[in-house]
Amino acid sequence: MTTVDPEFARAEAREARRARLFSRITTADKWFQVLGLAWITPILRAGAGDNPKAQVKEIWRLLIVPILAIAVFIGLWATLAPTVQTSLGAIPGPAQVWDEAVALNQAAIETASEKRDFQDRVDARNQRFIDNGQPEKVKQIPYTGAPSYYAQIWTSIKTVFFGFLVASAVAIPVGIAAGLSATANAAVNPIIQIFKPVSPLAWLPIVTMIVSAVYTTNDGMFSKSFLVSAITVTLCSLWPTLINTSLGVASIDKDLISVSKVLKMGTWQKITQLVLPSALPLIFTGLRLSLGVGWMVLIAAEMLAQNPGLGKFVWDEFQNGSSSSLAKIMVAVFTIGIIGFLLDRVMFALQSLFTFSNNR
Amino acid sequence: MKRLLASFAITTAIVAPASAEMLDLEKDVLTFGFIKLTDMAPLAVAYEQGFFDDEGLFVTLEAQANWKVLLDGVISGTLDGAHMLAGQPLAATIGYGTEAHIITPFSMDLNGNGITVSNEVWEMMKPTLPVGDDGLVEHPISASALKPVIEDFNGRGKPFNMGMVFPVSTHNYELRYWLAAGGIEPGYYSPENVTGQIAAEAFLSVTPPPQMPATLEAGTISGYSVGEPWNQQAVFKGIGVPVITDYELWKNNPEKVFGISASFAEENPNTTLAVVKALIRAAQWLDENDNANREEAVDILSRPEYVGADREVIANSMTGTFEYEKGDTRDVPDFNVFFRYYATQPFYSDAVWYLTQMRRWGQIAEAKPDSWYDEVAKSVYKPAIYLEAARMLVDEGLVDEADFAWDSDGYKEPTPAGDIIDGIGYDGRAPNAYLESLPIGLKGDQIVVGNEIQG
Repeated sequence: MTTVDPEFARAEAREARRARLFSRITTADKWFQVLGLAWITPILRAGAGDNPKAQVKEIWRLLIVPILAIAVFIGLWATLAPTVQTSLGAIPGPAQVWDEAVALNQAAIETASEKRDFQDRVDARNQRFIDNGQPEKVKQIPYTGAPSYYAQIWTSIKTVFFGFLVASAVAIPVGIAAGLSATANAAVNPIIQIFKPVSPLAWLPIVTMIVSAVYTTNDGMFSKSFLVSAITVTLCSLWPTLINTSLGVASIDKDLISVSKVLKMGTWQKITQLVLPSALPLIFTGLRLSLGVGWMVLIAAEMLAQNPGLGKFVWDEFQNGSSSSLAKIMVAVFTIGIIGFLLDRVMFALQSLFTFSNNR
Repeated sequence: MKRLLASFAITTAIVAPASAEMLDLEKDVLTFGFIKLTDMAPLAVAYEQGFFDDEGLFVTLEAQANWKVLLDGVISGTLDGAHMLAGQPLAATIGYGTEAHIITPFSMDLNGNGITVSNEVWEMMKPTLPVGDDGLVEHPISASALKPVIEDFNGRGKPFNMGMVFPVSTHNYELRYWLAAGGIEPGYYSPENVTGQIAAEAFLSVTPPPQMPATLEAGTISGYSVGEPWNQQAVFKGIGVPVITDYELWKNNPEKVFGISASFAEENPNTTLAVVKALIRAAQWLDENDNANREEAVDILSRPEYVGADREVIANSMTGTFEYEKGDTRDVPDFNVFFRYYATQPFYSDAVWYLTQMRRWGQIAEAKPDSWYDEVAKSVYKPAIYLEAARMLVDEGLVDEADFAWDSDGYKEPTPAGDIIDGIGYDGRAPNAYLESLPIGLKGDQIVVGNEIQG
């Protein structure tokens, strides 16, 4: 004879399923937080039947309030913008900016079709050389027309990552050295103090001159303008990573250091097994700051040096001075902001990925 | 299969005649720089109308931030060539500013510039100007009308500032010419002081062309000399009034050139010829059938990757009219000439005029013999390359033989006195005599020492 009530068993199973569901939502929440989608969690929770009242409060805070804030911002913008008259007409409101965004997308589609025509011409050229018996002259020629808006965004992103990676490759080792040794720190510190506050616009002429002098080929792997922008980014985005790395390394638990001495760890082993794991959260904080700085610097550098990318787009439109220029510049401003936000999220996601184990 | 073969036959049939004419190019992927000005039109047209394609050239056109960046690009080789101020190849070759041997096988246009003053200055000038029967201000306006304005500014303790685009720009020399013709000292350069403001009554400084209207609006300058569309932009934005065009200063004066480094031309002779061929065709297209293609050219130029200003602003000057005050639009059919009157042929006399202006204002510090002017002109201006390209086009039946000055010794006939605002004629064969005839400016052995002219 069994006392197990089938109803009870079913309820227990349901409870277990719900608990599993909740724990899954909690796990997913970590990623929603990383991606800036924290508002999904309460919706899922409410859907799963977890204390609806509390969830509605969360949804209000995480979803409705931000949406309302954006709506108020757009409303203020739409009402105030037309009241400011510039010599190019009134400041564009959200509708005009949206129209320009659509127009830029349309232009990008047209560029794509022009690109296909261009490719046909290149193919015809190559065919001609083959027919003439000069196969050595066959080559692929990159598109010569004006780059589309998306192409410019892509150029900027590539440049900022290149500069940022170079900066990290320099900053992390130097930061570790400065964190481990007081002597190294004393050596690096004055340099950091002096160069950290230097504006990208001051670096740019120096970098331009040096790149022109050193990188004399015009057919190399990188174009000069790419190198100039990227190195300027490097010089400005070096410092947050460097400072945070040395700080992270210097603040390792003294007990851990003693343990490493007891275990007679070599320097390399000590760095990889002890220093890096415990300094990682701060290193990542530095990297996030660096990438943010790098992105801001890049736009300024591109504007000043007329190097390809979003900065050049802004400057060209400013120079064009047409009636649609202001709206186009605003499209670029939003693009720059959104991409900057996404870059930060990417770094935050990486940080979460590598340092979960440290959140003990 | 049959259809495939047939279509292949057709494509080769189209390609074959072109390839028969095509030069053996040393370099067929090129980047040219330009400044956002309507007189870059031959480059945009050669690209958009497929004239570069016809020569087998793959050209990227890149807008540059200012004239200095553009010049450095050509010198360093990041740019293979560029739409340049006529003074740039000359100054670079004689080592004024940056030193590099730059040549020009193609002159881009005649005229196309204007001088604009702020609304404030215009209000002060206007009452003193003669009015014609139609109730409109009579043109050309002499800079003498500006003299009382400058005195008024000085009386209030304010310097009178004006903008031009580059120290060796046509615009600098045109503004100086106009001011000097009206009895105003525009200031001198000396080897120690390159601001160009020694002993000046009007202080001239550099502003890149597209920023002129914004700088005028900000009140940093009270007037400027620049190419189109930036004079018409001032009218359109209601911030300034063009007082004179360079056509009124000097009828059909030489303007921009296409500049390449001498080493590029040496290493890539066929490519150079191909580029000049494409540009000649573009210039011809721009002036064909009484400017019939200008509307289409305006469409091209108003695209954001070229000049990018509003279509109507560009159309104002490109279609043979010019708007002075708002609503005062007058016909100036030759406001910007691209092909007529041998506009694209690089004449030594044009080069010599620029050199005389450099000497006049002290950029060339010491006196030079007439033979020096001739030598420099010949080392920079290359009519031989131009005529070789033109000959090929004539042979291909693309241009008319009569449109080129085949027998010229490189010097234009002296400009008659009536074609220039101050009634002083110009003969490129006698630069020193010309300098003597100008009332303001360095003459003979004069040099600028400190703040004074000596000798």
